[in-house]
Amino acid sequence: MKQIQLALRDEILLKVEKPARYIGNEAGSVTKEKTKNLIRFAMCFPDVYEIGMSHLGIQILYDMFNGYEDVWCERVYSPWPDLDRIMRSEKIPLFALESQEPVRDFDFLGITLQYEMCYTNILQILDLSGIPLLAKDRGPDDPIVIGGGPCAYNPEPLADFFDLFYIGEGETQYRSLLDLYQQNRAEGGSREAFLLKAARLPGIYAPAFYEVTYFADGRIKTFTPIREGIPARIEKELVSDLSQAVYPEHPVVPYIKATQDRVVLEIQRGCIRGCRFCQAGQIYRPVRERDLDMLKRYALTMLKNTGHEEISLSSLSSSDYSALEELVDYLIRVCGEKKINISLPSLRIDAFSLDVMSKVQDVRKSSLTFAPEAGSQRLRNVINKGLTEEIILEGAGQAFAGGWSRVKLYFMLGLPGETPEDIAQIAVLSDKIAALYYDTVPKEKRTGRCQIVVSTSFFVPKPFTPFQWAPQCTKEEFLDRAYMTRSAITKQLNQKSIKYNWHEADASVLEGVLARGDRRIGRVIAKAYEKGSFFDAWGEYFKNDLWMESFEECGLDLSFYTTRLRDMDEILPWDFIDCGVSKEYLKREWEKALREETSENCRSACQGCGAARYAAGVCMENRQQTGLSREGEKS
Amino acid sequence: MKVRIQYARHGVMKFIGHLDMMRYFQKSMRRAEIDIAYSGGFSPHQIMSFASPLGVGMESESEYMDIEINSHQGGRAMRDALNAVMVPGMEILSVRALPQGAQNAMASVAAAGYLVSFRAGKPAFVTAETLRRFYEKEQIPFVKQTKKQQLTMDLKPAIYELSYRSMGNEDMADCGAITEAANDVIYMLVNASSSGNIKPVMVMEAFYRDNGETLPEFALAVTRTEIYGNRENADGKKLMPLKEAGEEF
Repeated sequence: MKQIQLALRDEILLKVEKPARYIGNEAGSVTKEKTKNLIRFAMCFPDVYEIGMSHLGIQILYDMFNGYEDVWCERVYSPWPDLDRIMRSEKIPLFALESQEPVRDFDFLGITLQYEMCYTNILQILDLSGIPLLAKDRGPDDPIVIGGGPCAYNPEPLADFFDLFYIGEGETQYRSLLDLYQQNRAEGGSREAFLLKAARLPGIYAPAFYEVTYFADGRIKTFTPIREGIPARIEKELVSDLSQAVYPEHPVVPYIKATQDRVVLEIQRGCIRGCRFCQAGQIYRPVRERDLDMLKRYALTMLKNTGHEEISLSSLSSSDYSALEELVDYLIRVCGEKKINISLPSLRIDAFSLDVMSKVQDVRKSSLTFAPEAGSQRLRNVINKGLTEEIILEGAGQAFAGGWSRVKLYFMLGLPGETPEDIAQIAVLSDKIAALYYDTVPKEKRTGRCQIVVSTSFFVPKPFTPFQWAPQCTKEEFLDRAYMTRSAITKQLNQKSIKYNWHEADASVLEGVLARGDRRIGRVIAKAYEKGSFFDAWGEYFKNDLWMESFEECGLDLSFYTTRLRDMDEILPWDFIDCGVSKEYLKREWEKALREETSENCRSACQGCGAARYAAGVCMENRQQTGLSREGEKS
Repeated sequence: MKVRIQYARHGVMKFIGHLDMMRYFQKSMRRAEIDIAYSGGFSPHQIMSFASPLGVGMESESEYMDIEINSHQGGRAMRDALNAVMVPGMEILSVRALPQGAQNAMASVAAAGYLVSFRAGKPAFVTAETLRRFYEKEQIPFVKQTKKQQLTMDLKPAIYELSYRSMGNEDMADCGAITEAANDVIYMLVNASSSGNIKPVMVMEAFYRDNGETLPEFALAVTRTEIYGNRENADGKKLMPLKEAGEEF
């Protein structure tokens, strides 16, 4: 059988941890013959293989690209620090998994931007590839470096390192971009000529063609295109009919256990809920469901083609999928026969979901998850999290009656307007759940104590949310709040049944800077990388002091980006992007938050966010029901 | 019904560890829609067991696993179905039915054959003559370093055959491990049973030391050629490849 020559020698692969990260050759991976006009596309997730391989978006785009006759798309992940060291000392260029050929020889390097803490890994990828870190230093032989994914909604901190950004969902505009590339190549056009043409495509942002000026206090003064025909505003790309969109029938199946070692079935995109801290709930509007028959068909095909022993539904809020019951019944039927596990994340806890869960998992071993996000009803109103104490206790009570005794609770600390009383309520609510167990489950049916695991994360305001103007806590404020939570929990009657976990605060502060940063942050990222920062998302590799030194040396103040309350009229670094919902709507939601008022979800009452212009998904359901145009309508 | 599957693993697949290899085959069984039997309980697993884990870095011309199946369309159909879902570097060589009450693959293992080649070319001291002299010794001492102590063991009784093979003949051309250097290799047949198994690298370390040399790390490329069980008949004990315990079906 045909075997590929690996980029790494046997001695290296035998020395490093998990060599299977670097050999490719997985079932479902695609190799192609290198024909003359083939576009070589390296698709990168800038983190370790096991994380990157678990990402659905890349699997979708990989499938789509390789479906094009003139494109060969391959995968690239961050070499783990052990291999990174060897590649640097032996000057081995970074390679793509399928062909094992150097990334620098590719036409495109696409990098998905899923979380801010991977930004230094992007520089690692470029550096190991031998591609100049700064876009302005790249020449005709370097790949076009293009970024996409949720963090591309504020691409500015990364503007120096990318030639292009793709704003929005990847399924729609890449073919046009590739056609432009082919055309430009045939004409012998320059790199700049291509970028100029690309920058005129919908959804494509070429940062080099824009100029930013600042006020003396650091706020943005102007943000303007500096070349003819370059749009001042970039509108996100959106798939209007997900049931007709590409979806992988043959996902790549890793040898080593990836974080998602299962078939992932995306049942819908977007969310009707409108939680005010959540970026995904805004940028993927309007919520669009996939057709039930499509999902049934894909479930079978993907299970058959991968051989996975588990299937998971993916969405921001599975309970809101309108045909969930029918889909789950179907999966239980076919998966039971084939001994396939079903995993149902992000389900609201109610009678239906408990019934389903008791069918698909071992009740004694599994735990229930609630995400109240805030301890008090007052603060839950502020963040527009529709979960009430009544609903939580009702769900927990049913669960305890059904045999569960483990409950996980997720909260955020540092939400806008949070008071000590709101924090104390985290402990009170946890205690009430524990008390409910002891009050309702008779002694003879208990298997020891119930376990309530409370986890808090620190709130980081994100672009394109109603909280995009909000001040973020300092590190000290974050930690104070964690200590307050801990001490409140230890005062509870059932404190022995409650376990509390919280995170370090440094990374959350930095995440806040990178999330809402402007172009000047690029210098800090480059400096931190120079000093040795990478794999910042991994606690054991995150070095906060290197980042702090970098801010200082660049003369930039963190607090300008984090703790400052932004003015409603300030030009935000990401304002040039049209994410589908209007700034007026976000302002309305921010003001309602300050008044502790909730907003209804998209299905019960349109909030006039502006996404109705896409005439897709839930916006069309409403339109059909009322016969009215909801565009621009105010709540 | 119990079935013994013989397969080869070459090329990049040598970097897959044993647990991942098991996962690979579990997924392959589903992809090929083999009607494999499952254990009971809340998390059922496929009834599948391997003869002998193959270390990371090693290729093999003949590995074995036993599975239990509920139904089938014949051994050849099963082999073809599995080969249709294999990745490059993996090949199903035979599928045979085991008789009732047959010993499982792991318990059957008595010996294994290995070809050892030299990644960076054969050192000068390695010749047919030095190897013959080494193997003719009464005892071949090997110092085994455990966490607590040093143990000296005698490898000689565990080495059933040790020979020098001049390469360049065609039947070795498709053996991945040795195509690079295409020079001479060492063949050994050693004890691989649960009691008294030894690794080829132990023999080679002893051989290097016998010649006043130290075996450098990663110097050897090792390919397993076959795994043997015992056949007892009138002539006494005799080694036979594990597949011979089964019948075509």
